[in-house]
Amino acid sequence: MVPTRREFLKIAGFSAIGLVLPPLATLTGAQAGMPAAGGVFPTAPGPLPALRAKRWAMAVDAGKCRPGCRDCIIACHLAHNVPDFGNPKDDVHWIGLERVDHVFPAEAHPRLPESIKGLSVPVFCNHCENPPCVRVCPTKATFQRADGIVMMDYHRCIGCRFCMAACPYGSRSMNYRDPRPFIPKINADFPTRTRGVVEKCNFCEERLARGILPACVTVCKEKALVFGDLEDSGSDVRRLLDGRFSIRRRPDLGTGPQIYYLL
Amino acid sequence: MLEKALKGSRGYGIWVAFLLLLAGIGFFFYLKQLDYGLGITGMSRDVSWGLYIAQFTFLVGIAASAVMLVLPYYLHDHKAFGKITILGEFLAVSAVIMCITFIFVDLGQPGRVMNVLLYPSLTSVLFWDMIVLNGYLLLNLVTGWTVLGCDRKGIPPPAWVKPLIYLSIPWAVSIHTVTAFIYAGLPGRGFWLTAIMAPRFLASAFASGPALLILFCLILRRFGRFDAGEKAIQTLAKIVAYALATSIFFVLVELFTSFYSQIPGHMQHLKYLFAGLDGHNTIARWMTVSALTAVAAFVLLILPQTRTREPILALACCFVFLSLWIEKGLGLVVTGFVPSPLERITDYTPTGPEVAITIGIWALGLLMITMFYKIFVSVRTET
Repeated sequence: MVPTRREFLKIAGFSAIGLVLPPLATLTGAQAGMPAAGGVFPTAPGPLPALRAKRWAMAVDAGKCRPGCRDCIIACHLAHNVPDFGNPKDDVHWIGLERVDHVFPAEAHPRLPESIKGLSVPVFCNHCENPPCVRVCPTKATFQRADGIVMMDYHRCIGCRFCMAACPYGSRSMNYRDPRPFIPKINADFPTRTRGVVEKCNFCEERLARGILPACVTVCKEKALVFGDLEDSGSDVRRLLDGRFSIRRRPDLGTGPQIYYLL
Repeated sequence: MLEKALKGSRGYGIWVAFLLLLAGIGFFFYLKQLDYGLGITGMSRDVSWGLYIAQFTFLVGIAASAVMLVLPYYLHDHKAFGKITILGEFLAVSAVIMCITFIFVDLGQPGRVMNVLLYPSLTSVLFWDMIVLNGYLLLNLVTGWTVLGCDRKGIPPPAWVKPLIYLSIPWAVSIHTVTAFIYAGLPGRGFWLTAIMAPRFLASAFASGPALLILFCLILRRFGRFDAGEKAIQTLAKIVAYALATSIFFVLVELFTSFYSQIPGHMQHLKYLFAGLDGHNTIARWMTVSALTAVAAFVLLILPQTRTREPILALACCFVFLSLWIEKGLGLVVTGFVPSPLERITDYTPTGPEVAITIGIWALGLLMITMFYKIFVSVRTET
């Protein structure tokens, strides 16, 4: 097969990176072992086999979250070149931190214990089993993989924002302006976006392909985020969900969210 | 026939130049938007659709309303409409072109618009809306133009036009139904999640569109030496009256369901729309105007004494148009986003460039209507 121009450039680019980088083994070794220190940026394909699952899911053990901690957000946004506009109008984010009564309005009531009432919990794209955003997208720019990850093709998105209207969780952001000048530190291993496209959490599919867990999961010192295959009864996420009561956001809507909260 | 749009009186020339100027200003700001991104508008992460999509929604209704002339004339042989069906069809053509333009300027990546055709997604209502809107545009352009061309030559229209005209009747219903489905099928937006959305859209469309046509007929009589006829205008006025009544009724039905059931997810949006939430009441103030003008117009249109007096009829039609423009062209879209899924109340205020682009597209539409109607009047006064 003759490579297309884009493929050729990609191959050429990777070859060039290979020439200047230190030997791969030491680099990826450091990543797998010490995720917090620089491990946020996965580099060229390493020797670790890709992580695969029938259905990826995450459990949030919200009680473990340190008050005011934003480590998962910082790590995610650094890894994915998420811009920081510093104002709510242009705001783009993949992980948010929201008050528990806003995340679970149907479950909140005045007699909840103070420890829960005052809680802020991280919110992500729920990677729904039955995602409304995928249904409404007029170009299939947002789509669902066999392992459940709901993905975006930033090159196909026309910026109609139908998916933003369709998402019942407010998980999607639009690049209302050119995001590049607002990226604090560009990670060359992940694409930046152009203005006029929508983006959201991708469950770190680029890391899973390299055998590494999502950035938010590896960076969390409290181990509040547990990620794994929901169909594998031996996985961390399954063991956690099997043992404790968990809830999901707006399950009544039939979207089948894959982020489980333990409060 | 097109050349007839190019020659006209001094007043016609000034009007066309004025509209061209507004369209030009809009285009200038659109170039700015292309350069900066949609951040030049008042839209935000929480309120991600604004004036553009709201205008699109309102104008789909104007386009669909042509059926209120075509149906009585072609299916019930209501002869009074014979002179003006073409006006309805040309209004539909101009309105659909405005709709498509509004969608286009709302895209973050307009250069990729063909992706909708290259990677068609049959589950997306937007894909189907594109199909029905373009189909409707074609139907009205072909039938309107052919019938007018035959009028000019003094021959009856060819036989193949009739089936197309019949087809345009259900097609008109389809454009507004599919447009309503854009909103009514979204799980997390309680304000839009109502089966009555499509009927509501149709009712308000059949009031606002004919109201606009009445105003155009009155303008054409005054400035265009074309008289649509008292009977046609009065029939249209009755259509407006009952469609408006239906539209008001549907809104009241929505209010009952939400406020009697007391489900917060449904009530909150309506509270924001009509009263405001936590002091955010800009839209609520507009909606007060909308409600008052709707009731006033309904009274003026239902009473024969006021409906048959032309200046009052004109005022009532302005009220109908204003009321329903506020409801659909302002309130309906924004309120669906407030409060947000995370219960945030985010105000949306259109920016100057956004308003300029919006006015520019309206000017473009009015320019098309002006030129179509100029051609129409020229042909009709010659024969």
